[in-house]
Amino acid sequence: MNRFRGFVKKEFFHIFRDRRTMIILFGIPIIQLMLFGTVITNEIKDARIAIYDQSKDEMTQEITSKLLSSGYFLLDQNLETTNDIEAIFKKGRVKEVLVFGRDFSRKLKREGKADVQIIADASDPNLGKLLASYTSGIINDYIFKQMVDLHLPMQIEPEVRMVYNEGLKSVYMFVPGIMAMILMLISAMMTSISITREKELGTMEILLVSPLRPAQIILGKVMPYLGLSIINALVILGIGHFIFGVPIKGSWVLLMGESVLFIMMALCLGIMISSLAKTQMVAMFISVIALMLPTILLSGFIFSIENMPLPLQIVSNIIPPRWFIVILRNIMLKGVGLAYVWKETLVLVFMSAVFVTVAVKKFKTRLD
Amino acid sequence: MIKVENISKSYADVQALKAISFSVEKGELFGLIGPDGAGKTSLMRILMTLLLPNGGRAEMAGLDVVKEYKKIRRLVGYMPGRFSLYQDLTVEENLSFFATVFGTTIEENYELIRDIYVQIEPFKKRLAGKLSGGMKQKLALSCALIHKPEILVLDEPTTGVDAVSRKEFWEMLKKLQQQDITILVSTPYMDEAGLCDRVALMQKGEMLSIDSPQQIVDNYDRPLLAARSDDMHRLIQDLRQWDQVKTAYAFGRFVHVTPSNDRLQPDEVKAHLEKRNHQHVQSSFIKAGIEDVFMALMASDSRSTQSQSQSNEVKQV
Repeated sequence: MNRFRGFVKKEFFHIFRDRRTMIILFGIPIIQLMLFGTVITNEIKDARIAIYDQSKDEMTQEITSKLLSSGYFLLDQNLETTNDIEAIFKKGRVKEVLVFGRDFSRKLKREGKADVQIIADASDPNLGKLLASYTSGIINDYIFKQMVDLHLPMQIEPEVRMVYNEGLKSVYMFVPGIMAMILMLISAMMTSISITREKELGTMEILLVSPLRPAQIILGKVMPYLGLSIINALVILGIGHFIFGVPIKGSWVLLMGESVLFIMMALCLGIMISSLAKTQMVAMFISVIALMLPTILLSGFIFSIENMPLPLQIVSNIIPPRWFIVILRNIMLKGVGLAYVWKETLVLVFMSAVFVTVAVKKFKTRLD
Repeated sequence: MIKVENISKSYADVQALKAISFSVEKGELFGLIGPDGAGKTSLMRILMTLLLPNGGRAEMAGLDVVKEYKKIRRLVGYMPGRFSLYQDLTVEENLSFFATVFGTTIEENYELIRDIYVQIEPFKKRLAGKLSGGMKQKLALSCALIHKPEILVLDEPTTGVDAVSRKEFWEMLKKLQQQDITILVSTPYMDEAGLCDRVALMQKGEMLSIDSPQQIVDNYDRPLLAARSDDMHRLIQDLRQWDQVKTAYAFGRFVHVTPSNDRLQPDEVKAHLEKRNHQHVQSSFIKAGIEDVFMALMASDSRSTQSQSQSNEVKQV
């Protein structure tokens, strides 16, 4: 036991004395969280629009001011002819042009129908779609309020409610994703690097010759990262909850329990990588290519799995964060208990078991 | 204490050890001398239970290196060829780490390492990576000794260390030997061979001779001449081109010449060289040193395997 404690102590010396390790451990999580939480967002704010108003009557003025006071749009300029539209899009600053037809309010009142055209710059398709739907939403809302007495012969009015994220805030989506990514990075990459470092520096040779058992060496390597990753998980959840206001409706205990499970899974993965890689460079390469990219692209972190082509959907099943992200979202946003996430939990348990088996099988008590 | 029988080891493309056998007595200081690639490290790793041999068997302190490797690992101290301590740990942290790993403490075995450790103790708060070569080596030796091993295996401990530290290091080994520790040490420096009780000359996975340094020298019966002149470089060239000369190697300010004909006299060498405009020529018979013997042994061995360049890798000092 003393041996083991000595080993863990040594590991902490390595971690705390290496500035690079410290940055990866504590700098990157916070920076990434801040970046994804604030900069990268799917919401519209202050999008520049131009308006070509051919009526300039009371109603179009009101609609315009409603649009501009919504906070989503900023008026860049008023246009005088349709010819200006193309030119202004080419400049690239204006993302949407709104054209009101002639005699807007008169037509609306007399014929119950008026023309308004929304032209959005779809060189960024997502943004274009969002702008158009926000604009038409605001216009419809206005018309409905104006025409309270308007009764169409038959009318279906869908009441839309976005459950679990009423404001459609993208940070709700990113926090679980980032958490999965960072825990993966720290646990898997750092352990694999720290084990391969010993191989590379030749100290593994001495450790192997010592009476330390392989299990002690591996556990000693993993323990510090387990502790640090748990701290990291708490920090990420704390920032997400208290700074970005991501709700945590489910139980903290379950949430942390699942996080610890995921961390263990990633640590096992790290050990497995280290038993396959001979140098730190290779370990890092495997971690980044084989872990980071799929975590970002295929886990449902940014792109939803349902919309992927079938082969990729199948591939996404073997990506551990895919399951963890589902667990996190369910617990944090829906507030469900273990009864609803036991399948995903089992997948993670199974993955850990596979990784640790391979790692132990591959770990050599001798040099190659 | 160490017994090796027909040990062989091959890697994918080379045969590193070809059925090697030798044994080391308790308390002996045994040297493995040979150029890089001779198989010294492979042999040591097999003895340290870090590699599995392809054939043959070996025992350390009566324990089989394959089957009883766990027991061996408690009994032996090992200093690998590369500096293998934690550069980001201080001198003291390194030492106490290895002490803990072997289930002991610095205090418990301080007696054994005192002579060595006192020299680096003033720097005990310094990171191991910031030590000089000689100090690193003393620290590595202290770490290898901290658990009071019965057998100490040192892989090229003096490579890359300055001459003074090398000398000190061998004095330390001599002292350890008096404490009844069996020492197996490898080195590419032939001048260190004379400091061992017995040496084995290794080349290309084979042992060319195993004996005490004195015996090795005494067994050498060929005449040897030394020659010098003002132009060392041309001297070697001229001697090597002369058909009376079998080998000519530089040893300090002299060239040691093995004649191809045992009757060659120093005067003939002198005359030959003066004919070629060498100034201040001296030539005389000398008694062969251990280095001469090794050079001769390796040269004759290389000739049989058609690769002369190997022998030049041996470091002469």
